Amino acid sequence: MTPFPFPDLTPQLIYHLAGAALVGIALYRGATSSDLLTRILALNVLSVGIAAVFVAAANRGAGAVPDPVPHAFVLTGIVVLVAVTAALLALAERIDLTGAKSDD
Amino acid sequence: MTDTSLLVLLPFLAALAATIHARGAAGWGLAGTVASAGLAAHLALSVHASGPASIAIGGWAAPLGITLRADGLAALMIAMTALVGLGVCVQALAAWGLRPTAVEDPRRARMRMGFWPLWLSTLAALNGLYLSGDLFNLYVTFEILGLAAVGLTALSGTRRALRAAFDYLVAGLAGSLLLLLGVALAYAAAGRVDLGVLPLLADSAAGRIAIALIVSGVGLKAALFPLHFWMPAAHSSAAPAASAILSALVVKGALYLALRLLLEGGLVADALRWGLICLGAGGMAWGSVCALRADRLKLLVAYSTVAQIGLIMLAISVAGDPLTGTAWQAAALLMLSHALAKAAMFLAVGRIAEELGHDRISGLNRSDLRPGAAEFAFAIAAISLIGLPPTAGFVGKWVLIDGLIGQGAWPVVALVLTGTVLSVAYLSRVVSRCLRGGPHIAPGARRPPWRAGDVAAIGLAFTALFMGLLSAAPLALLNGPLLS
Repeated sequence: MTPFPFPDLTPQLIYHLAGAALVGIALYRGATSSDLLTRILALNVLSVGIAAVFVAAANRGAGAVPDPVPHAFVLTGIVVLVAVTAALLALAERIDLTGAKSDD
Repeated sequence: MTDTSLLVLLPFLAALAATIHARGAAGWGLAGTVASAGLAAHLALSVHASGPASIAIGGWAAPLGITLRADGLAALMIAMTALVGLGVCVQALAAWGLRPTAVEDPRRARMRMGFWPLWLSTLAALNGLYLSGDLFNLYVTFEILGLAAVGLTALSGTRRALRAAFDYLVAGLAGSLLLLLGVALAYAAAGRVDLGVLPLLADSAAGRIAIALIVSGVGLKAALFPLHFWMPAAHSSAAPAASAILSALVVKGALYLALRLLLEGGLVADALRWGLICLGAGGMAWGSVCALRADRLKLLVAYSTVAQIGLIMLAISVAGDPLTGTAWQAAALLMLSHALAKAAMFLAVGRIAEELGHDRISGLNRSDLRPGAAEFAFAIAAISLIGLPPTAGFVGKWVLIDGLIGQGAWPVVALVLTGTVLSVAYLSRVVSRCLRGGPHIAPGARRPPWRAGDVAAIGLAFTALFMGLLSAAPLALLNGPLLS
């Protein structure tokens, strides 16, 4: 196994950078897209990026047991996101249906 | 202090009951709202008498458990929510009835069965938000609040309302996810998420990014200019009772968090404060211009909320050190007066639109219809929003300008006064049309009949009017010791 080429690039930093990149991509798509489904997916990607930052926050060094509190936060976040995604999909479907009837 | 947790639990249980037993939804809604108002009054009295209190739910202390805490500011916000909620309930009962009738319009039944569980969830989420002692719990209450508020927006079921609800939910979720990202970084920087962590965050780069993210999340949820893009459509396309809740109460949750950030020492960076002052001033200007140009009455009132949020955010950002000055109390008083006046205004607009059959501002002058109680309520609410004595808005602006003069911040005084003049301009577009008598009214013009919606609007408007005279009570709560 070759040694890791960037000694400063700790796994924690990789998680932070990946999280930041996902948040950036998601905010960009969510703000610029007009497609309903794309915007729902953008919010899900945003949430994954935040989970990556939480996972990095739980790190307490190599070999040590990770901190459970951020994990609990991520779990709560996932539960909330599932509920909100369901509500968003229901709204999007209703918008499509009322659009087809166009009886505004 | 179990009654403190009941403030959150009771409305949730009532919402559940109203969902399951949908025929009696209005009964459950009324019972839950009245009981919650009683608890709110009890909380305000006990905080006033014996100071702030906090409880760890189930005996679990932070960080694993959830701590609820109530100080004077939280008690005032909860009392405000209860007061506005009672007024809105009168209107909702009048519009959609208490019990199902034998032959009923399906729309009326759907509104009744939808409104009450959503309102009770909103109430529980707001009470939970004001009692939260840690950032993660604030995030959770924001999500519940967002979901319930989106339901209220979509309730009327038109395509416009559904589109507005979708945009609202996306913006609201993005806002609370930014808040969550801030919480994650705060935990990484300091290892805890209770509100006491905020002053520590200013010391590290990650902590400062966390505060910036939390503030942007709050700005998005509070519809702070220029992040208000979702708000006018959502507030103007909902049913009157729902609009009143959204505009008077729901945005206050985010503004309350901004005020908490200030009180706990999270807004120490000058750049951040100046940024918020600029955005607040921008909101006052942009909201006023859009309100001046609006062609529909509900849109005018919604844009006036953008302007008022700008003013409140300005008051929060200029307050200075909360430990030495009292200027931050102006923000709390302005939130109280805006909640009462804006709820009255949306209910009045609902009644005006019902009588006229439309809400175009150019069509408010009718020769066959005299101004009625709703127009009167609108005018009283407008006086409070402008800030003429003796209203609550006047006391709020007085405390604000007094504090600003004490700091020598004359440019900001000029901003506040300009915003006031602009609010006179856009509100008089309506008031002058509503209340002008004179030759254009035909001799046989009818007066709109009294409805319970008028009573609710006038009740809230007069509460805003006399809150100025009774402002010793909220100030006594705010002057008590704060938790931090």
